Amino acid sequence: MSQYIIRRLLQMIPTLIGISIIVFAISQLVPGDYITATQNPNLTAERIAQLRALYGLDLPPVQQYFVWAKNMLVGDLGQSLQHQMPVTKVINTYVWNSFIIAFFSFVFSWIIAAFVGVFSAQFQYSFFDKVVTLLVFLLMSLPSFFIGLLAIKYFALDMKLLPTGGMTTAGLNATGWAYIKDVGLHMFMPVVVMTTLSVGGLTRYFRTGMLEVIRQDYIRTARAKGLKERTVIFKHAFRNALLPAITLLGFELPGLFGGAMILERVFNWPGIGQIYLASLNLRDYPLMLGFTMFLAVLTLLGNLISDVLYGVADPRIRLK
Amino acid sequence: MEQPSLNRTEQLQEQLKIVKAESPWRIAIRRFAKNRLALIGLIILFIMAIICAFGPLFSPYELNQTNIKDKNLAPNAQYWLGTDKLGRDVLLRVMLAGRISLTVGLVATAISVVIGATLGAVAGFYRRFADTIIMRIADIFLALPTLPILITLGAILSDLKIEPSKRIYFLMLIIGILGWVGLARLVRSQILTLREQEFMQATEALGLRDSRKIFRHLLPNTVPIIIVSATLGVAGAILTESALSFLGLGVVPPTPSWGNMINAANNLIDFRKRPWIWIPPGVCILVTVTAINLIGDGLRDALDPKMKSR
Amino acid sequence: MAKELVAFRNLETHFKTSAGTVKAVNDVSFSIREGETLCVVGESGCGKSVTAMSLMQLIESPPGKIVGGEIFFEGKDLLKLSKKDMSRLRGKEIAMIFQEPMSSLNPVFTIGKQITEPLLYHLNMTQKEAKARAIELITMVGIPRPEKIFHSYPHELSGGMRQRIMIAIALSCDPKLLIADEPTTALDVTIQAQILDLMRDIKTKRNTAIMMITHDLGVVAEMADFVVVMYAGKVIEEASVLELFREPRHPYTQGLLKAKPVINQRKERLYSIPGQVPNPVDLGENCHFHDRCEFCMEICKTKAPPLRAHIDGHKTACWLYEEEGKAQ
Repeated sequence: MSQYIIRRLLQMIPTLIGISIIVFAISQLVPGDYITATQNPNLTAERIAQLRALYGLDLPPVQQYFVWAKNMLVGDLGQSLQHQMPVTKVINTYVWNSFIIAFFSFVFSWIIAAFVGVFSAQFQYSFFDKVVTLLVFLLMSLPSFFIGLLAIKYFALDMKLLPTGGMTTAGLNATGWAYIKDVGLHMFMPVVVMTTLSVGGLTRYFRTGMLEVIRQDYIRTARAKGLKERTVIFKHAFRNALLPAITLLGFELPGLFGGAMILERVFNWPGIGQIYLASLNLRDYPLMLGFTMFLAVLTLLGNLISDVLYGVADPRIRLK
Repeated sequence: MEQPSLNRTEQLQEQLKIVKAESPWRIAIRRFAKNRLALIGLIILFIMAIICAFGPLFSPYELNQTNIKDKNLAPNAQYWLGTDKLGRDVLLRVMLAGRISLTVGLVATAISVVIGATLGAVAGFYRRFADTIIMRIADIFLALPTLPILITLGAILSDLKIEPSKRIYFLMLIIGILGWVGLARLVRSQILTLREQEFMQATEALGLRDSRKIFRHLLPNTVPIIIVSATLGVAGAILTESALSFLGLGVVPPTPSWGNMINAANNLIDFRKRPWIWIPPGVCILVTVTAINLIGDGLRDALDPKMKSR
Repeated sequence: MAKELVAFRNLETHFKTSAGTVKAVNDVSFSIREGETLCVVGESGCGKSVTAMSLMQLIESPPGKIVGGEIFFEGKDLLKLSKKDMSRLRGKEIAMIFQEPMSSLNPVFTIGKQITEPLLYHLNMTQKEAKARAIELITMVGIPRPEKIFHSYPHELSGGMRQRIMIAIALSCDPKLLIADEPTTALDVTIQAQILDLMRDIKTKRNTAIMMITHDLGVVAEMADFVVVMYAGKVIEEASVLELFREPRHPYTQGLLKAKPVINQRKERLYSIPGQVPNPVDLGENCHFHDRCEFCMEICKTKAPPLRAHIDGHKTACWLYEEEGKAQ
């Protein structure tokens, strides 16, 4: 097993190199850099040249790439031009905000999807199943920003039940329980919207998995043993249907730490996604590139975790 | 041995009750027709396409016609979906935006399909070196966070000051190029299986050229997978385009797109007081994408029931 | 004569398909005695598996349904039992093994877990007791190193071993009836012989009644005490095994026996019954075998012959032996 993991980690390296080159090349295509983006009219040409040299923006692109890549290897993602802090620190400050929304919606969507998917499969062709199927299609077709805006309009503005955005109420310097309550209120809509967006596809996945498993011969054997239907479904069938779902767990990793850019923008949530969007506008390359690589690493790690988990869960697979 | 007369052959056929076998396509079409949800999706999509394609011809208004005195009107008899802050008829804009969004979705997906099917076929057919390289590239594309890259490319398009009308073509290109991996993998694995089958040994015995083998024999068998993947791909492409346009980085005004019409909601007053400006385009996206997903799912069921157990 | 254990009376199990209703089991009646091995023979699609699944009440409910008749087990009509009571019988008094051993075991649970499951559920044993019994069972079905097998997964065993495990599971609660649906069809001939030996062993040691479904007359000759021949959903002949082989009465049975190649006999061409099994949808009122039968008479095309015993213990459903038929 450890051999397998090491081999996979080594295989990740050329992929990461490829990604870094592509991402860096794309960023170089963008006209202008941080200095021009801030559009400070007071800067003289001299000053601009000085700043450029200071930030290392005057070096030829290929050299810039190698400087950047070399630093990355030691974990230095550079200095964010906009925030004037190391990129790693910027990420660390904001990523946890994104994490709490992503985490709760991950938990909720998986639990809901598992139950609904299993029941839907068990009572295939029933009214419940048909409603679920239609609902799943609708949920999978929702544009994220649209449902976010709708939620804000109806629950925040029209019904005044929940705050319109942000993570805390401005000016309210709450601590302890009051703080948690405040954040909770603000978190409510983003989490609900995020859960709604992901629960559709997941439910479908569980449902399809269960349907396939229920048709298998070993389920017939379990029934022939005279076991209760509940046992047959939740012990024998579900355990097998869970196998392909386990691979999905790994793919949740980039989402958990990556921040939902569009939703954070809509809800004005101070997460890493919003910061990332801002960095694009301001051509804050170190942050932009650093975070993109961070996401890429998470994606590849997520793949690896998926495969490893699958190897652990399915006794027929022995990773080598 | 005497030749049986035509009459005798017919007689025998009557006796044995020979029935002409149905081609797999006819079977699939019949299966699709039985799927109520898929049919509903097809009808909805058809209606949507007709409205967007031909509706504007019947509208008394023009795309860039601004009647400032008629601005910000709620839906009424004259303007069925009201007007925006420039006095433009919202209904007309929604229909025109539909043309754009649907076209971008289709063309971008077509690009993805061409790239993906070709690369997948090459990887599956030649294996070894070509396969390794293509799959590595696929891995890189997969690990790229798509939305950030698209956003960046969109920002580049803005900075390069590309004309809005030309910008659409670039948009179709970049969405298309970033979406080929899924189909490529499906095609590749299908071809890996197919090439071991006996009919491929027959083409080998006939000494056919490689390109003939791929394009005449292997790829046609992957068409069902391609159709399903493409249909679902269009749905995804429409959602992607609308998200980009919403952020101002996809289709930009004055060209209307469902996504950038929803952008109007960023203005607080429009958001609160004038929902008719941003809700209809959103509903259109939802309805269209749902319809396409229903169709895609119905196609998957019809073309290969083994693909998914129902 | 041993007591009657199972009795099928006028069983009707139908399947609704898009092409019409298939009467998979069409008025089937026969009985199985305690300790007796009864073989149900017939071609694919004749309804033999469905008959067994009807007894276990494992028919998939759309599209299939038991629409009529009774199935008595120890005097009780199983079709009138509640789901709960039926599931108490299943696995405990009546057990079943299936045709495909490769896929009949759950791949994510160990063998031990799967054998002890019915023991824990039906017999309320403790984990320790169940494990001990499971080891016994694994040994009993002829698998060496039972401890190792107990902790193995199904994919680590061969087809023959998996079928033995299935038998072990089936026998774990000492059932009165073991239903075996083509248990050896998917196995090599040598393994087949071993499995049949095992089953014969079980029969003598535990006096378990066996309902064996097969299409292989060789298996019938080896295992059966009594034989029921089915065709297109109906029973067309039943007799003790010696009687059946010595004097098959129904033309279909005669055809089956004629078709079997015999060692040391030279033939130009192997015999095969002409024609094909009829389309199971919407079969009419007639003898379903009539269009393949060389003795077909007018009455065969319009009326279904009743299943009647013309000699003691040997029933046939054929107009050749009926008064009405003989008249023609």
